[in-house]
Amino acid sequence: MSYYDFLFVIEVLVGGLLSGVMYSLVAIGFVLIYKTSGVLNFAQGSMVLFAALTFVSLVERRVPFALSLLITFAVMVALGFTIERTVLRPLVNRSPMTLFMATLGLSYIIEGAAQLIWGTQVHGLDLGIDDTPFEVGGVLISSFDLLAAAIAAAMVAGLSAFFYWTRIGLAFRAVADDQFAALAVGLRLPRIWGTVWTAAGFVALVAGLLWGARLGVQFSLSLIVLKALPVLVLGGFDSILGAIVGGLIIGASEKLAEVYLGPFVGGGIEGWFAYALALVVLLVRPSGLFGQKTVERV
Amino acid sequence: MAVQALDAARLPVDWVKLVQKLALPTALFVVAYGVVPAYASGYLVEAILLPFLALSLAAVGLNLLTGYCGQLSLGSSAFMAVGAFAAYNFNLRVEGLPLAGTMILAGISAAGFGVVFGLPSLRLRGFYLAVSTLAAQFFVQWALTKFGWFSNDNPSGVISAPHLAVAGLSLDSATGRYLLSVTTVMVLTALVWRLVNSATGRNFIAVRDNETAARVIGVPVLRTKLLAFAISSFIIGIAGVLWAFTYLRTVEPAGFNLDRSFQILFIIIIGGLASIRGAFLGAAFIVVLPLFLSRLGAFLFGGLFDSGVLDMSQRIVLGALIIIFLIAEPSGLSALFDRLKRRIGSRSS
Repeated sequence: MSYYDFLFVIEVLVGGLLSGVMYSLVAIGFVLIYKTSGVLNFAQGSMVLFAALTFVSLVERRVPFALSLLITFAVMVALGFTIERTVLRPLVNRSPMTLFMATLGLSYIIEGAAQLIWGTQVHGLDLGIDDTPFEVGGVLISSFDLLAAAIAAAMVAGLSAFFYWTRIGLAFRAVADDQFAALAVGLRLPRIWGTVWTAAGFVALVAGLLWGARLGVQFSLSLIVLKALPVLVLGGFDSILGAIVGGLIIGASEKLAEVYLGPFVGGGIEGWFAYALALVVLLVRPSGLFGQKTVERV
Repeated sequence: MAVQALDAARLPVDWVKLVQKLALPTALFVVAYGVVPAYASGYLVEAILLPFLALSLAAVGLNLLTGYCGQLSLGSSAFMAVGAFAAYNFNLRVEGLPLAGTMILAGISAAGFGVVFGLPSLRLRGFYLAVSTLAAQFFVQWALTKFGWFSNDNPSGVISAPHLAVAGLSLDSATGRYLLSVTTVMVLTALVWRLVNSATGRNFIAVRDNETAARVIGVPVLRTKLLAFAISSFIIGIAGVLWAFTYLRTVEPAGFNLDRSFQILFIIIIGGLASIRGAFLGAAFIVVLPLFLSRLGAFLFGGLFDSGVLDMSQRIVLGALIIIFLIAEPSGLSALFDRLKRRIGSRSS
């Protein structure tokens, strides 16, 4: 392998790792909700779409950038608490599968509503980030991807700090640990769930802005949920660290496979490769790399 | 002796019960083979009954896996696609294969596929499994589009369904296709009904309700799960054949996408999990709902809204219905039906 081949491998690898961060960004939203309520929230993708569409439509109506951001966040807060009130509360104590199917229904509602309100056309989203690749030691790196990675890192740091040093963060962890015990010591579950869904809405907003700037804001944005799912199972549903590591692994191996394996099978394998990879890992570790192992009792 | 006498005394009552029991199936039979072929319009058959029958069968199959055995699958339409394409290829490449043979072979192909993608279920639980069934969904769609062999190297990838005939009788007319569908669905549903009332069916339920407990009392969990995947995929595969051959009249990978998988899942949620009747009620609901909503939209608002708006509103209504059913009637239309029957029964007596 020549030097240039080597450089090419590195470039593919770095590109893959950075796009993996974009997957993690979506996966974190899932983890937040799964950790505290045991719900696999299929609607996360449609929340990404909803947030991005709301933001971009506000900006297009000449609302200032910061104000749009604030309004969108307020909308996501309202959405989070509405979901808690109308969907989660009536379904409390039901099986996780029931809740999952409810979020499937929820994703139809949110997708439909987002496009009904704001229309179905594709919106361009310019965050004012300039996307010129720059060179480090002969390897081209996209500055946009790098910034996205930095934002993701900042968000994870922020979330971790929030979880460890605030009172509500402590309550989150208590609920994640044992819902009944948390209820018994007087934590208000509805409020906590509402807050968690809000936090997930915030993550969806960030993911929506970055992905929207990348792909344009349109219906297909909600399909990134399908990109995040293998990341999620690979890392384990209840680990933020798992979401990050899973994203990096999936991103890197997906790009490498596309370049080196793709030509042998006719290409286009990115649709299922991540799933196959996640499956292989799962066969060895059935609850993902960092997921909590469940102990089953009769 | 006393027991025998008691039995003899009960006999006349049993006759009444038997008649009551046979009344509904007989009525169904008369409607399915007498009334519908004779009176139903082409539109009713083509636009409502054919998709209804294919989707019902797919829902029966998924219900076996998800409703009875508790293994959530998000890849149903992949198995439909395997069935449809297998049938197309068997029909194309095997000279003189009768239609029934083609369908059974297609079902077996889908079943083999189902077992392969069911293997992870031996290790994985719950959502981890559900996500891994998505692998089947994306892999199958990719393979069918990528390799031209499956669609006989047709450049567009869209192929028309072959001529349908049983024992020299052509079934290409709408009525013929309807009769083929309805017969297939009835036979398979009867088999499934037998299965869920057998020991195997009870094993399915035991695995669903508590896998560890099932293992403890001696249910062969691994074999039961794989069997559920195999039989469910067999049925869904044949449903795929019906969908492609009798309803769409074309075979194309794009029709078997994730939305179709969700649609089948929605059918069994709305109809009622672990209920065969529920699969049919749910399918009827899902097939008729969009037609009803678009008529209603046109009636209420005229041409005020374009089809895009209508489409979005349908999505919202469907999503809301799912949630409402999960909250208010977790056992679905099937339970609603039961309650209605009881109420009518108590009023008349």
